[in-house]
Amino acid sequence: MKYSPFSIKHLQQTFGFHFLRFCMGVVILILIVVFHDIFSKGFGIISWEFLTTAPRKGMTEGGIYPAIVGTFYVTVLTTIFSVPLGMGCAIYLNEYAPDSKLTRLIRMSIRNLSGVPSIVYGLFGVALFVELFNLGTCLLASGLTLGLMTLPWTITASEEALKSVPRSYREGSLALGATQWQSIRTNVLPYAVPGMLTGTILGLARAAGETAPILFTGAAFYLPFLPESLSDQFMALPYHLYIMSTQHHAIMQVRPIAYGTALVLIVLVFLLNLSAVVLRYQLRKRYRE
Amino acid sequence: MDQIKVQVKDFNFFYGQAQCLKNISLDIMTHEVTSIIGPSGCGKSTFLRCLNRMNDLIISTRTEGTILIDGTNIYEKDLDVVKLRKKVGMVFQKPNPFPKSIFENAAYGLKINGLKDKNLLAEKVEQSLKNAALWGEVKDRLNDNAFKLSGGQQQRLCVARALAIEPEVILMDEPASALDPIATAKLEELIVHLKERYTIVIVTHNMQQAARISDVTVFLMQGELVEHGKTSEIFTRPMKKVTEEYITGRFG
Repeated sequence: MKYSPFSIKHLQQTFGFHFLRFCMGVVILILIVVFHDIFSKGFGIISWEFLTTAPRKGMTEGGIYPAIVGTFYVTVLTTIFSVPLGMGCAIYLNEYAPDSKLTRLIRMSIRNLSGVPSIVYGLFGVALFVELFNLGTCLLASGLTLGLMTLPWTITASEEALKSVPRSYREGSLALGATQWQSIRTNVLPYAVPGMLTGTILGLARAAGETAPILFTGAAFYLPFLPESLSDQFMALPYHLYIMSTQHHAIMQVRPIAYGTALVLIVLVFLLNLSAVVLRYQLRKRYRE
Repeated sequence: MDQIKVQVKDFNFFYGQAQCLKNISLDIMTHEVTSIIGPSGCGKSTFLRCLNRMNDLIISTRTEGTILIDGTNIYEKDLDVVKLRKKVGMVFQKPNPFPKSIFENAAYGLKINGLKDKNLLAEKVEQSLKNAALWGEVKDRLNDNAFKLSGGQQQRLCVARALAIEPEVILMDEPASALDPIATAKLEELIVHLKERYTIVIVTHNMQQAARISDVTVFLMQGELVEHGKTSEIFTRPMKKVTEEYITGRFG
């Protein structure tokens, strides 16, 4: 019964664990390198002025304020469009829809939609919103396009959250004479909402960082002012970053601005994800104490 | 006392192609405890869930025949299942309190049925917790989450929750199977006490339990009603050999 670390079984285990540790190390290392690169090159340019003024002198000087505001606006529009619609659709699919071939087909299509490349959504947005609906390239068209792109993520995440609510909560309330609607409202949604919101916010954070869907539908190359209505064009952080790092005429000169923009975008997405975590924690605490 | 509460006539239940209940006919009397026994998978729970139409929730099920409660066929087309389930309460196999406070659990059925008056609500919650023999243990902690209670207390809370909306029939699906012997004894005592006011149908795997608490015992096997009658007679002089074999533990 003596423990011998060199027996085949123990060697296999030691080797196995080290291999897994190595995999994790590589991932962490890549993350650190990326973050370090962006932080070290972008941090120097971040100042109050950089965050609150518009670009100047052909975008070689000044800040990125319009891009921050533009990204904020378009994300808000995306939220308004896709969150209620997505959650409603998920509730219907999971709670009401009969388990038929049609439902399964719809569900499968939604899963597939979430894998469609964002550039395809961009082109679709041009065809539908910009041209067919005649909205023109503007904030609204971009918000709707991003909304379309996030819908499948919202629906899928919300459905997963609804599935995790135990059947006994539903049966328990139905057995007490609740209608299906009452049962969902009082006994399913309260426990599914934290998960639904988390998944949704993660989707929105991804949308905030997307370039392709806004590229043809409303994002502007350079606008020294803020959009004043839904039919105005706007600047956005990811598109600005794309311009500054690949399309600018003085590309080496504006490199620090590009890094600064990348840093702001990362922080923004990080804050959104953080808010998802905090929100989930708070809501769970409220319901499960 | 000999009043028929539930009358099951030539009742069949199908799950997809499989027939789970075959030609069941049975009268359940008011103010009696009827226990349903039988080997696993014989259709006990399915039968119980037919009495408040909980099986409606499962797709591709089908029924034939009738179940009359107070003379009304509960499988009639225009029957309101919500009203039926108010009249026929249910306690599940595993205690399933909602993740809400003890008070909110007991008040849930009242609230969804439209009771808003706070004083009346508090009064009814107290009464139902008392009827479920739980009041003494929880009266000082009504705002605690129900998950903090022990398994036995949770199950009595589920009974209280069912009692609060003043049903006439209470269905219990192996209510003691997740409880220890002491909690089980308390629950059994409660059931015997409750039959004065309600009609109780209980599914159980525990032969002694059926013998202890029920007036009538129904023996199901493979979806068929093999034998039913007074508990004292079923357990001492069963008519059929298979019943005797099951009761004495020779199979099942």
